[in-house]
Amino acid sequence: MEALTVHEGNTAVLERANVDTDQIIPKQFLKRVERTGFGQFLFFDWRFKSDGEEDPSFELNYPSAVNASILIADHNFGSGSSREHAPWALQDYGFRVIVAPSYSDIFYNNCVKNGILPVRLPENQVYELMQNGKNREYHLTVDLQNQQISDKNEGFQATFEIDPYWKEMLLNGWDEISITLQYEEDIEAYEKRVKV
Amino acid sequence: MKPRTIIDKIWNEHAVRAEAGKPNLMYVDLHMVHEVTSPQAFEGLRLSGRPVRRPDLTFATMDHNVPTLNRESITDAISKKQIDTLFDNCKEFGVELADIHSPNNGIVHIIGPELGLTQPGKTIVCGDSHTSTHGAFGALAFGIGTSEVEHVLATQTLWQSPPKTMEVHVDGRLGTGVTAKDIILSIIAKFGVDFGSGYVLEYTGEAIRGLTMEERMTICNMSIEAGARAGLISPDQVTFDYLKGRRFVPEGAAFDEKVNQWRQLATDEGAEYDERVVIAGDEIEPMVTWGTNPSQGVGIHGTVPYPEDGRNATEKKVIKTSLDYMALEPGTKITDIHVQHVFLGSCTNARIGDLREAAKIIRGNKVAEGIRAMVVPGSQQVKLQAEEEGLDQVFKEAGFEWRDSGCSMCLGMNPDFVPEGERCASTSNRNFEGRQGKGARTHLVSPAMAAGAAIYGHFVDVRNLDKTVSS
Ligand code: SF4
Repeated sequence: MEALTVHEGNTAVLERANVDTDQIIPKQFLKRVERTGFGQFLFFDWRFKSDGEEDPSFELNYPSAVNASILIADHNFGSGSSREHAPWALQDYGFRVIVAPSYSDIFYNNCVKNGILPVRLPENQVYELMQNGKNREYHLTVDLQNQQISDKNEGFQATFEIDPYWKEMLLNGWDEISITLQYEEDIEAYEKRVKV
Repeated sequence: MKPRTIIDKIWNEHAVRAEAGKPNLMYVDLHMVHEVTSPQAFEGLRLSGRPVRRPDLTFATMDHNVPTLNRESITDAISKKQIDTLFDNCKEFGVELADIHSPNNGIVHIIGPELGLTQPGKTIVCGDSHTSTHGAFGALAFGIGTSEVEHVLATQTLWQSPPKTMEVHVDGRLGTGVTAKDIILSIIAKFGVDFGSGYVLEYTGEAIRGLTMEERMTICNMSIEAGARAGLISPDQVTFDYLKGRRFVPEGAAFDEKVNQWRQLATDEGAEYDERVVIAGDEIEPMVTWGTNPSQGVGIHGTVPYPEDGRNATEKKVIKTSLDYMALEPGTKITDIHVQHVFLGSCTNARIGDLREAAKIIRGNKVAEGIRAMVVPGSQQVKLQAEEEGLDQVFKEAGFEWRDSGCSMCLGMNPDFVPEGERCASTSNRNFEGRQGKGARTHLVSPAMAAGAAIYGHFVDVRNLDKTVSS
C-alpha cells in the first residue's frame, strides 16, 4: 500500500448524509475479480444519466471538482454493504483523503487498509469546509504526522484524531499481513492452548 | 469475579495478543467466504505465495450471483467468471465449498446456522456486512472487507479494537401478527441508522427471549442497519435445541459438555454495558419503510412524513430526497401505497419459519392483479423442507413464482431485479436507492406483511386479515 504522509489537493463536496456503499459502487460492478479499474464506476448511478452522459448536476461533475483528491461528505459515510470495492473505486478515481463527521465502521477500516485516510471532524468544521469548497476549487493540506488539516487562504485549521496503530500503517504504507505473521508463535501458542 | 457481558467474555477468550493502546490480535474460529468479496483476497495469497492457514476453519458458498431459475447454467459471463473463480480458489487452497450443485448451497448467513457451523462463543467473520446474523447464537460475528478476508485466510486472526457494548432491551410481549422484523425495524426507526456505530449490541428482554432461533437471526441480521459492527443474543435452551443434531455440532456426551460451556457464556446478572436503550415490545406494530434508508419506517397505520418533520436541516433534506426517489407524497397513508412486486427472500427473512408465516396468509388466496410475486428460499435445504411441507404448492396456487435459493432480488446481481420506477414490498434488509435495481423503490416489511401486500396489492394490517379477507 502507498504511504501517506502529507497530502495536498483539491476538494469535492458531497453534501449528503448516509451515503451508502451501494451508491459509491453499484452492485453491477462488483463482478470483477481484480482490485483495479473501479474508478470509472464510482457513484455510477449518480454520475451518469441513463443515456450514459455525465450528469452535470452531480457534485463530482462540477468543474470545480475536477482532479479532486479530497472528498468532503456528511454523517455516516460509507454505510451499508461491506464491499471493499467502495474504497477501491474512490482510490482509483483519485481520492486519498475523505473528511466527514462519521463513517460506518467497516468502511473506515477498508479505507485505511487501502491507504485512504478517513478524517473525522466535528460537524461544524465539516460544514465550514463544505461552505468553503462549494462550487469552487478549494485546496486543503492534510498532514497525517501532525494530525492537522488546513487551507492556505481562508484560515481554516483543525486537528483530528486517529488511532495510533492506523496512523503508523498509513504513514509507512505497511502490509498488515506481514506484520501479523511476525506473531506466528503467539498464534500457534493460542491454537495449542485453546485447541482449535 | 466482576459480572461480565457475553461480549467481554468472547473477546477476552479470543485475544491472541492484547497490548495496551493497540488493537488486539483476535483469533477467528470460523471464516465464511462467498464469491463476491473473496477473489481479490485469494489472488493476494497467490501473489505472495501464502497458503490458507486453517482451511478447516473456512467454509465457502456461492450465493450473490446464482440464478434462481436454471441455476446450473449461468448466462452472464462475468457472474460465471466469479463463480468459477471461487470454485478454482477453493480447490487450490483446500477450502470446503457448498457449490451450486450442493444440497447445502444457499445464502452464506443461512447455511452457517443450518449446518451447525455457527455456535455460541465463536468469533465468526465473513466478507459481508450481514455476518451479524450469526450473533443470534451468542457468537461474536461481524462483516469484514476483502483485505481483511485475505488477512484471515493467511493468519486466522484480525487486528481489532475492543468494541463498546450496548444493551438493546426489548420489554414486554409482542402482539399477535407482530414479528421479529417489526422489532428490528422499530428499533432502527426509533434510534436511527447509526446509533450502533462503534458498538456491539446485545439484544435482551422478554420479547427477545420469546423468539425462535430463526426470528433471532432476523434481528441480529439487521444490526448493521443500525450501524453496529455486530449484534448478538445470549444463548439459552432455544439455542441449544436448535443446534442439536446439526452436521458440525458435536454429539452425545461431547454435546452435553458443549452446552455446559455455552451456558456460562450468557451475560452475567448485573454486568455493565457502555450504553443501554429500551423499547417497549408490546407497543410495536407491523412496520413498513417509506424511504431509502432502513430507519425511515412507520407502523402500518402511519403516514408518509413531511420534510418539515425532520429535526434539523440535514434530516429535512434527507426526507425530501427520499420522498423524491420513492415518488411518495407527504401525508400518504401507508395502507394506500400500492406495489407491483413482492419479494419473499434474503438472509433476513427466507428461512423455513418465514415461509410458513407467509404461507399462512397466502393459503387459499390469490396474488392481486398486476403483481409479480416471488419466493426465493434462503437455501436449498429450506427449499426442500418447504416442498416437503407442501408450501411451494400454496405459493404457486396463489400465483407466486417458486425459485431456487440465492440472494436474488435482495440486490439484483443475478437476473432478478425490480424494474425502474416500480415498487416492491420486500422482506430483505436494505431499501437504498437502486438496491433492488436501478430506480427501483423498495419497502421493507416482514414476510407476513409482504404476503398481505401480495394479496391486496397494497399494504394491509395483517393483524386484521381474518376479518377483512373476503370468501
Ligand atoms: S441476501 Fe442480500 S443482504 Fe443477505 S447476503 Fe445476500 S445480498 Fe447480502
